[in-house]
Amino acid sequence: MKLELRGITKRFGALVANDDINLTIEEGEIHALLGENGAGKSTLMNVLYGLYRAEEGEILLDDVPQHFAGPGDAMAAGIGMVHQHFMLIPVFTVAENVMLGHEQVKAGGRLDLAAARKRVREISDRFGFDVDPDALVEALPVGVQQRVEIIKALSRDAKVLVFDEPTAVLTPQETDELMNIMRQLKAAGTSIVFITHKLREVREVADRITVIRLGKVVGTASPTASNEELATLMVGRAVDLTVDKKPATPGAPALVVTNLTVIDPLGQILVNDVSFDVKVGEILAIAGVQGNGQTELTEALMGLQPRVVGEITLDGKSLRGHSVRQVLDAGVGFVPEDRTRDGLVAGFTIAENLMLDRANKRPFVKRFNLQLSFLADFARTKVTEFDVRSQGIETPAGRLSGGNQQKVVLARELSRDLRLFVAAQPTRGLDVGSIEFVHERIVATRDAGTPVIVISTELDEVAALADRIMVMYRGRIVGIVPGDTPRSVLGLMMAGETPAEGAAA
Amino acid sequence: MSIIAPVNQPTQPVEPEEGPATAVIKSWKVPIILGVFTVLGFLLMVVFGRTGTSTMVLSTSSDLIQLPDVLLPTLPTGIVISILLAGITGFSAWMVQTRRKVPLWLISVFGVLLLIGFLTWASADERIPVPGLLFGSLSLAVPLIFGALGGVISERVGVVNVAIEGQLLAGAFTSAIVASITQQPLLGLLAAMVAGVLVSFVLAAFSIKYFVDQVIVGVVLNVLVTGLTGFLFSELLAPNAATLNQPPKFERINIPLLSEIPIIGPVFFRQTLIVYIMYIAVAAVYFGIFHTKWGLRLRAVGEHPQAADTVGINVTGTRFWNVSLAGAVAGLGGAYFTLGSVGAFGKEMTAGAGFIALAAVIFGRWDPIRATLAALLFGFASNLQNVLSIIGSPVPSEFMLMLPYLVTIFAVAGLVGQSRGPAASGKPYIKS
Repeated sequence: MKLELRGITKRFGALVANDDINLTIEEGEIHALLGENGAGKSTLMNVLYGLYRAEEGEILLDDVPQHFAGPGDAMAAGIGMVHQHFMLIPVFTVAENVMLGHEQVKAGGRLDLAAARKRVREISDRFGFDVDPDALVEALPVGVQQRVEIIKALSRDAKVLVFDEPTAVLTPQETDELMNIMRQLKAAGTSIVFITHKLREVREVADRITVIRLGKVVGTASPTASNEELATLMVGRAVDLTVDKKPATPGAPALVVTNLTVIDPLGQILVNDVSFDVKVGEILAIAGVQGNGQTELTEALMGLQPRVVGEITLDGKSLRGHSVRQVLDAGVGFVPEDRTRDGLVAGFTIAENLMLDRANKRPFVKRFNLQLSFLADFARTKVTEFDVRSQGIETPAGRLSGGNQQKVVLARELSRDLRLFVAAQPTRGLDVGSIEFVHERIVATRDAGTPVIVISTELDEVAALADRIMVMYRGRIVGIVPGDTPRSVLGLMMAGETPAEGAAA
Repeated sequence: MSIIAPVNQPTQPVEPEEGPATAVIKSWKVPIILGVFTVLGFLLMVVFGRTGTSTMVLSTSSDLIQLPDVLLPTLPTGIVISILLAGITGFSAWMVQTRRKVPLWLISVFGVLLLIGFLTWASADERIPVPGLLFGSLSLAVPLIFGALGGVISERVGVVNVAIEGQLLAGAFTSAIVASITQQPLLGLLAAMVAGVLVSFVLAAFSIKYFVDQVIVGVVLNVLVTGLTGFLFSELLAPNAATLNQPPKFERINIPLLSEIPIIGPVFFRQTLIVYIMYIAVAAVYFGIFHTKWGLRLRAVGEHPQAADTVGINVTGTRFWNVSLAGAVAGLGGAYFTLGSVGAFGKEMTAGAGFIALAAVIFGRWDPIRATLAALLFGFASNLQNVLSIIGSPVPSEFMLMLPYLVTIFAVAGLVGQSRGPAASGKPYIKS
């Protein structure tokens, strides 16, 4: 089925998320929609899927104009979507998820689960998915959950399939498998819209590429274009895709973690007997697919996890079992992975956010009084130093862009005397310019002699920053390897395969 | 109190395994609680034990099959039960020590034994009418069960229903007036459902359409309905009691054969129409929620509204109509006060039943059957207090009045632990 978007404009208040976008996807074509986070790709697809109503423009399927009042209409017209955040109900089985919304019933109104199971098996067999219709979705690995999403779309006879950032949660191997599935679907005549900001994937699988920046189509490209050409088109200026970094000069181990285990209240082991160290003046990157214990490991370091066994020492002093306050006072800086939830108070001003973890003593507080003039001076200095773009230090942090929010968090954490710096997903959701800035600051922190831990699910970031790479899988360390370890080896490690002998550092 | 014990060996190599690794956390909560109750039971039944004989009457005078009374010597029974309680406590401690989970049935057995012991002690040289005790329990549980079913429906679709109390009270009030005027209890029943729905409409409108905090709307609604019915009662019903507040009650219907089964028959099958409707309602809500299209969509909306939206389910509509349905079900429970048991409306006559029903929803883990069982337990606790004060037990009546609420607090706080409700319950669905 041929899909055409004509002159789509979508506004949120004063913000124009999509500005007169034209897009044509031919039948049996994989069309990549490339753009940075916040460029308006997902908004456009939500318009297509009937979740948003566009102010202007029309949607045509096989040259027939469509009017979608909701996702139900879009699905009926043959549009399916694999969402970035899976639209699956965790406590339902695969079959229940697939049947939801177009349930078949037997006499007496009883759900016909047998029919749904059969449908799941049919589609599953056709593409070699190996999905058990009776498995609970929450018990499935992320890659399999994505296949359930695909089955869900195909079970409604989708002719146009939209993949919204499908590789964000996958290991490199799973990504390759997904690419194969896309090719299979294409061969079966399905039109595919592939939304991503990852250049390599686009060049590998797409037939045509449309680049979106700031809500506008800024150009089209063929898959033969180079990474630099695509990046320049996407960002709007020439970008340097590598980080300038001198070789590390590691000193003595500063942070030493021995046999650390973290358990959740229900008894699940989240971090399983982990031992490693971080030396002065090096960056240890912790790689792994989201949800393999990295978050809990950092929380354990910070004193945010209540059930921890094992030992954590920083410069010879134990940190385990200490309060967050004590950990901070020991000189640990922390950039949490969800900056809007854990990193900032959205309603507080930039200045207030800059002193959040120092409200207990001088120089910010004297005799129970906030030192506002000192704070203002401090904030102005930091805003300039970290290039936070805003209307002033009194701007609420919630009004800043993601990049500027992250700079505020970095400014706060790096303005203390640090003995250890922990940055979790430091560039998630940031634009390329901010990513460059954050990476520079992290390398500068290392060069100043601070041990640094960077937790990232993006292999590009890991490769750019790491002096050593520690890969985690299901709460365990698969291995600790040198920073220049090939991507293919890391990919296998992220899927739990122990690296070959000799690769360990 | 908890000690962490990883199950896997520390140096085990990484191997592919399905599902996340788990460790059993040693929790001494259960043995400690059981131990405390064992000591209390021992003190009561043995140290302060009473001598005499306790009589358990198992049949009513109208039964076809007459079971003989059970005679228990009070002090020896107390001693035997204390030993059994201590045994179960020790067994549970051993299970925790060897990292096993103490099964729920063992805790239930403990509870039943403790209860028998307490009853025996309290009724030294007295007669306890067991069918009467259970019949009364069911009667007191009926509004709780209707309220809990309403709560389950509403919470499963994602709206916290604190307004059960208001729905019950509105149902009781309206059914009294309508049934008095028309002299038709059935019309009173219908009116109660309508009243429950009206209260639900307000809850639904504010929480679903205007995103007001659901708990706050619920609390305010309870206060509003209490005030409104109280005012109308003093101004309207009390002066005209003969015309407006004398509804005909439902007659008891004995189901042939079933009503002659010893103990069970008199308790369950010599009831009024409302109670039979309740049996059907419990079964229907259970089947509906877990086996029909309606239930699947309802649960989907309560768990992950956005996912439901993306497959074309109208989230707002589903929530609105199911919250209304929940109100209708709870309204039926209200009608039971006026048309089933008391026979007239009284100011604030629900006396917190809605909140106990809410507790039953949580204790029953948002499952209609379990919530019903929880409501029965609470009903039993209330009626135990009635029966014991009638036979004149040595326990102060003020203490006995606390019993239903104590049971509620212990049940919800102690035994539920970390049960997981519908993920999106209480959260408004705001489409961006």
